[in-house]
Amino acid sequence: MSAAAAITLDRVAKRFERGAAGDSELYAVRELSLSVGAGELVAILGPTGCGKSTTFNLIAGLIRPSSGSVRVMGHDPYDEFDWFRGKIGIVFQSDRLMPWRSALDNVALGLELNKCPREERRAIARAWLERLGLKGHADDFPHALSGGMRQRVGIARAFAVRPALLLCDEPFSGLDAVTGDALRREFVDLVRETGCTGIFITHSIEEALQLGRRILVFQRPARIVYEAVLDPDTSRDSRAEIRAEIRRALGGDGIP
Amino acid sequence: MKRLGFRFEGIAAMAGLALAWQIASYFFPPFLFPSVPAIARRFAGIFLEAAPLADALSTAARILLGLGGAFVLGAVLALLMGRSERFRRYAHPLLNFNQGIPALSWVVISIIWFKGIEFRIFFIMVMTTLPAFTYQLLDAYRSMSKELLEMTLSFRPSRLDLLRVLVLPTVMPGILTAWKVNLGNAARVVVVAELVGATGGIGYELLQQQQLFDMAGAIAWTIVLVVFVLIVQSLLGLIERWSLAYRPLAERGL
Repeated sequence: MSAAAAITLDRVAKRFERGAAGDSELYAVRELSLSVGAGELVAILGPTGCGKSTTFNLIAGLIRPSSGSVRVMGHDPYDEFDWFRGKIGIVFQSDRLMPWRSALDNVALGLELNKCPREERRAIARAWLERLGLKGHADDFPHALSGGMRQRVGIARAFAVRPALLLCDEPFSGLDAVTGDALRREFVDLVRETGCTGIFITHSIEEALQLGRRILVFQRPARIVYEAVLDPDTSRDSRAEIRAEIRRALGGDGIP
Repeated sequence: MKRLGFRFEGIAAMAGLALAWQIASYFFPPFLFPSVPAIARRFAGIFLEAAPLADALSTAARILLGLGGAFVLGAVLALLMGRSERFRRYAHPLLNFNQGIPALSWVVISIIWFKGIEFRIFFIMVMTTLPAFTYQLLDAYRSMSKELLEMTLSFRPSRLDLLRVLVLPTVMPGILTAWKVNLGNAARVVVVAELVGATGGIGYELLQQQQLFDMAGAIAWTIVLVVFVLIVQSLLGLIERWSLAYRPLAERGL
């Protein structure tokens, strides 16, 4: 963990009302404390329903914590909504492309909302599409693209704003193994190149090992039950050991 | 080929109706079934003289103004209902109550309440088409994808940008459907309003034809109204094809 924390969660809880009358509560996140350094790429791993996505939404400022504090780059991502314009890029599990916009206009969305001039944003969007192997598809609407191509557009859209913080919520889980592997490799290269801080939510141990420099294993309600730090020199044996530790921490939750 | 086939069938159907009417005109007196040429002459006459043309245009303007008013008010109500559950709980029963009120009741109420003819008709048009506009726009607003909303919010748009890049494109199909549905309703209501409470317009002219027992004139004025509705429907169709151009290929398989 680096000294300059880009993300800090301090005793954060998020509860949701349950039942038709909203008379009972469910804690998706409870007493979660977490710190991510600037430029760090952290993989968060956990079984379905462990609060990974809720944590993700808290960091993205899409939901407000019930208690505790969330600080991203020293600011509250929910209350200081506008401050984060152009600073966060998100790659979601599904591509979430606007069906009425061409691939180019989808990639340019964040730049457009950031008031980037039309010609400039189109040039940037075109460059990102080419970078992700979508040359010649700029004018295609999402329905004309394959699942892998659409997800590439989604990745290009997140990177196009040159975000200081990149959040990814299982972006390759809906793709076939070959496409997923290829995109994962490209993604790691892009994160290294841009030097942004990254949070990567996954439920695949192999994906976490491949992507994360730090791996956090969550159990429900969102709390860290295991943490491992990896570097490119981590030996094959050490990785195998970490893999086994992660499996133990997950308690046989059927995660691959 | 399909479009051509559809057009041919449409023209054939209308020609069949005209033929049946013409045959009927041979067996019934003209005040019941005037001949097709007689109706055609009356129809053409409406566009050749200034006074009847002004009547036709004033009805068209009343329909468009009334629909425009109901659309704006309906959009505001739908937005408020979509954003505030408490407001929706108050507005919903009032709109439901309004839906049960017949157009003729609004005609009577507006004649008692208001002095100006044009405002009376505008009021009637707005009150009769408001619930449908509001509910259709509310449905369109609610159908907005939560996933797309979250994605757009992640880029921190201003309220105006959110409306422009997400809300408007999402509700556009609903807006066009609402206009198409309400256009037919408005054409029927405006005639009732003019029949009782106006001194000009297609409804007023229809009343004159009834008093003169002039069936050719009544049919000609009715056709003027139908033609106006068809022209606006075609314009809406063009807007739909232009603004929803991204959809046909994706949905062809449905």
